[in-house]
Amino acid sequence: MRSRRVGCIYLDIKRGAPIITAMEEKEVEVKEPAQEKASDENPKENLIPVFIMGKRFFVPESFTIITAMEYVGFQFKNAVGCREGFCGACATIYRLEGDYKLRTGLACQTVVEPNMYLAQIPFTPAVKAVYDISKLKPELVSIQRYYPEVFRCVACNSCTKACPQEIEVMDYIQAVKRGDLETAADLSFDCIMCGLCAVRCPAEMVQHNIALLARRLTGRYLLPRSHHLEERLAEQREGSYEKDIEELMGLSRKGLTKRYTERDLDFEVF
Amino acid sequence: MSGYPEYMQASLKKVAATRPARLEKAREGREVVKAMTLAEREEVLNKFHPDYLPDARKPVRVGPNNGEEMTSRVVDLLESYPRINPDDFDLSEPDYDTDVLIIGGGGGGCMAAIQVANAGMNAVLATKLRVGDSNSMMSQGGMQAAVNPHDSPTIHYLDAIGGGHFDNNPELVQAMTMDAPRIAAYLEELGVMWDKDSEGRLMTESGGGTSRRRMLSCRDYTGAEIQRVLRDEVKNHPDKITIVEYSPAVELLLDEAGEAAGALLYNMETGEYNVVRARTVIMSTGGYGRLHIKGFATTNHYGATADGLVMAYHAGTKLLYMDSVQFHPTGAAYPEQIVGFLITEKVRGLGGQPVNKEGELFVFPLEPRDVEAAAFIRESTERSLGIETPTGRVGVWLDSPIVNLLNGPGTIQTALPAMVRQLKRFGIDMTSEPMLVYPTLHYQNGGIEINADTQTTLAGLFAAGEISGGVHGRNRLMGNSVLDYNVFGRRAGHAAVQRAKALGDRPPAKLHMDHVRAYRKELEEAGIPETSHAPILLPEYRNPEVLKKHRKDYDPFLGEFI
Repeated sequence: MRSRRVGCIYLDIKRGAPIITAMEEKEVEVKEPAQEKASDENPKENLIPVFIMGKRFFVPESFTIITAMEYVGFQFKNAVGCREGFCGACATIYRLEGDYKLRTGLACQTVVEPNMYLAQIPFTPAVKAVYDISKLKPELVSIQRYYPEVFRCVACNSCTKACPQEIEVMDYIQAVKRGDLETAADLSFDCIMCGLCAVRCPAEMVQHNIALLARRLTGRYLLPRSHHLEERLAEQREGSYEKDIEELMGLSRKGLTKRYTERDLDFEVF
Repeated sequence: MSGYPEYMQASLKKVAATRPARLEKAREGREVVKAMTLAEREEVLNKFHPDYLPDARKPVRVGPNNGEEMTSRVVDLLESYPRINPDDFDLSEPDYDTDVLIIGGGGGGCMAAIQVANAGMNAVLATKLRVGDSNSMMSQGGMQAAVNPHDSPTIHYLDAIGGGHFDNNPELVQAMTMDAPRIAAYLEELGVMWDKDSEGRLMTESGGGTSRRRMLSCRDYTGAEIQRVLRDEVKNHPDKITIVEYSPAVELLLDEAGEAAGALLYNMETGEYNVVRARTVIMSTGGYGRLHIKGFATTNHYGATADGLVMAYHAGTKLLYMDSVQFHPTGAAYPEQIVGFLITEKVRGLGGQPVNKEGELFVFPLEPRDVEAAAFIRESTERSLGIETPTGRVGVWLDSPIVNLLNGPGTIQTALPAMVRQLKRFGIDMTSEPMLVYPTLHYQNGGIEINADTQTTLAGLFAAGEISGGVHGRNRLMGNSVLDYNVFGRRAGHAAVQRAKALGDRPPAKLHMDHVRAYRKELEEAGIPETSHAPILLPEYRNPEVLKKHRKDYDPFLGEFI
């Protein structure tokens, strides 16, 4: 047996559902996973108990939440996506037995733990402003207009703690409030829009949509334009390369093979 | 602390021991090992690429490509029976009536929908999961566009067609390479944040088979960045674009003239079927990685089950190069939880090197993907110089720490945040230790035959993105798929608008599914037993032990009693 310091909520696994048993911090006894394995209720070695929507299942200990749920017979019709941590479809909240903390994660990127109580959040209700990006200014006022609640932020940092991408969510919200959209865009860049920040926010913001607007404004207006790209487009408007490509298109397979094998490799950019 | 088991440590030491010499060579120039000649490429492909295994292909016995050899798993899918009976449906009162029906909500579909909305027409965007859920979202490395002064669309053309073994449709390669700079600018105007230096110059890297640095990127979230912007823009047109999520199409609907004019959608949540009538249809359902061809793990999205390919084939659309599968050389091989996940080619673009158990650099790091993948398989099998994993898999090292040594400290952290994060979650620090990799099922090289306006062989049906064939020949280069769905998604949108306009005030189509009846008859006449159904919509990952305990008269695949 080992102990874990807990806060106000104690999860009673015997009843199969979280219940509040103590209102102050205390030490509780928590079973070691190894002992759990050996218990009579556990049919196979290396299987551990997890509670999916409060119901107990035994799953292999090395599986991710997604594969563990499939292992016990779930077939996903939502709350699943790329399965590689890029799409944000499998946001999940969970608690561990004997621990008050509400944890967050992506089901495809989180390995199961013994006595984990989990629920997936396939969809986050979130305000999404409708706008014409070409008519906006890259300034705070544009965000303020659509998401005035950004000023309700109390800097509690719940969003940052909830982020499975370890993004400094609160910091980018502060940057937005300062009108520093470029910093907000940079800090939020790795956002996969799972919405866990918005679920946890006591100010009821939709951080991920605010960040998206900040990034679009940055990409369109604030980043310096590429002269090379503009020159290339101008050349193409003049019809450059059309003849060259048509010549290639007219070559026999043999002729094309020759041109291909003889092409020079040049990796000096400028 | 090492993220790898004790028994791998000796091999890891060898990798570290050869690193200084390899680094020295890399500093001298890009060609750290001599690249293969065309003859050498052909040899390694013939002997080791999974496409060339004895039972990899077989002839399909029905449909427009009857008699043609295709990937065996694809043939099985095309020879499956339709999952619905046309007699069960009344098509006379459509649930949706629109100008353009777009099937598939990934990059291609979103790009097309935006064009339709901008032209003032209406679109229904139907998708199996959420808008944006797609392989487009997952691409990491970049998008090719010839924007550098010493580069040109012509050189891009040559690279793409050589990489595709000269099987590409020239008209499509022309469209793709010539449109590329314009697409880069278009996306920038929508607000995509391309990686740039302080003067605005687009950062470019090289990829396998490219002769210039041409890969534009958004860190290693390139696909995610583009896709979330496109999705946002789609949602900025609620008056024009009707989004229908969790509703995959299961069959196309044709009009009196036999032209595509709608689709039957299956609402996976409620079980009901909905009829969409449209003046024209765009198919952009993506690829087939979740078919796990040859038992390979895949980099693909959960939804990549070739649904659109099946539907279009039922309706008589011709396919191209369905004998060619792309295996990405660098799928993760360890730890087990991330097997098959994509390790972006950008790692090699930045100087990462594939090395064997003995720490030897055994292949030019940036061969075209099929050649590189075949070389990895050769190293792991014939030469027995791979590294075995505790679960009995095998892989080769991808030396990533060399990237920081070559380009300066912090390069990996800045250029590859997604990779660093993902591996860290599973205990591997790619800045200090190499990654263990093995080829993984990545891309559908072939698909629905299209022309440069994305017109398929079926009137009224356009196709864009991974579902189409011909753009990449028999092997796609890195960064050309992101480009593909943008270029052809945009072209499909324009072409669909043109067609919808040309049809003018023609009275609404009378819809039917006679082609589905005919397809079933063809299967029966070919003597093919009714043992499977398609499109499959969802891959089956449930524990077989659980499925055994289902009611015997319940078909878990169709989700209904039989």
